[in-house]
Amino acid sequence: MDRLSLTFSALADPTRRAILSRLSSGPASVNELAAPFSMSLPAVSKHLKVLERAQLIKRGKEAQWRPCELKAEPLKEADAWIEQYRTMWEERFDRLDAYLIELQGKKPKK
Amino acid sequence: MPEPTLFNFIVAKEDRTVTVERSFEAPLDPVWDAFTKAEILDQWWAPKPFSSRTKRMDFKVGGRRFYAMVGPDGQEAAWQVQEYTSITPKTNYKYFSAFADKDENLQLPGSNWDLSFDAANGRTIVRITIHNDSLERMERMIEMGFKEGFTMGLEQLDELLASRRSA
Repeated sequence: MDRLSLTFSALADPTRRAILSRLSSGPASVNELAAPFSMSLPAVSKHLKVLERAQLIKRGKEAQWRPCELKAEPLKEADAWIEQYRTMWEERFDRLDAYLIELQGKKPKK
Repeated sequence: MPEPTLFNFIVAKEDRTVTVERSFEAPLDPVWDAFTKAEILDQWWAPKPFSSRTKRMDFKVGGRRFYAMVGPDGQEAAWQVQEYTSITPKTNYKYFSAFADKDENLQLPGSNWDLSFDAANGRTIVRITIHNDSLERMERMIEMGFKEGFTMGLEQLDELLASRRSA
């Protein structure tokens, strides 16, 4: 899977989005992240692994206290994709506008 | 003073839906035709520098539009199928869209499109909702639609824009 697909895949889950939202206000430990959810630590760890693989978070090296930290770069890439997709639609509609104007005889005569 | 052009583009990652809304300064009939007649669609649908070439279109429920994206070199680069699932003339139509090979074999999964047309005071508003049933579909739309179909086009578009800027 390419990186953009990994990003979208990681973002598709509401729990993972909630985790990212929590991390946007600062680093947190697994325990802290698990607290708002009625989930086991292994279940939360599983989500963190997905986020880590998508490079949306970075985890500290310390064995006990491994704080998770948000990384914004892949999110920016996803936004870049959306921006390009939006541009494609804008240009598509501009072409349709041109066609409709021509059809309605508003085009200056040659 | 004419009303400003309406353009809304919303991507909802959580439900894998893209909604696009646009107004056109034209009555309903020509706008509906532009979306539902092959010879007109081929004039504006494909992202530059591609063009679209409709090979077959049967605009009825159960019917299909099978078309190719044609590169600047005139070669067919990618194929798509739209299969109509619902048609309410001059109001709404729906289709299932999927990439295909040159022999019209579908490459699933695809996405579901819903297009609504509203006319008021000589202008027409078109609302398009593209829904991917599963995350796999969304990924596939990105991977195949964007990467294979559009990135190639966008790279060429970037060059084109760059040459325009420097001109």
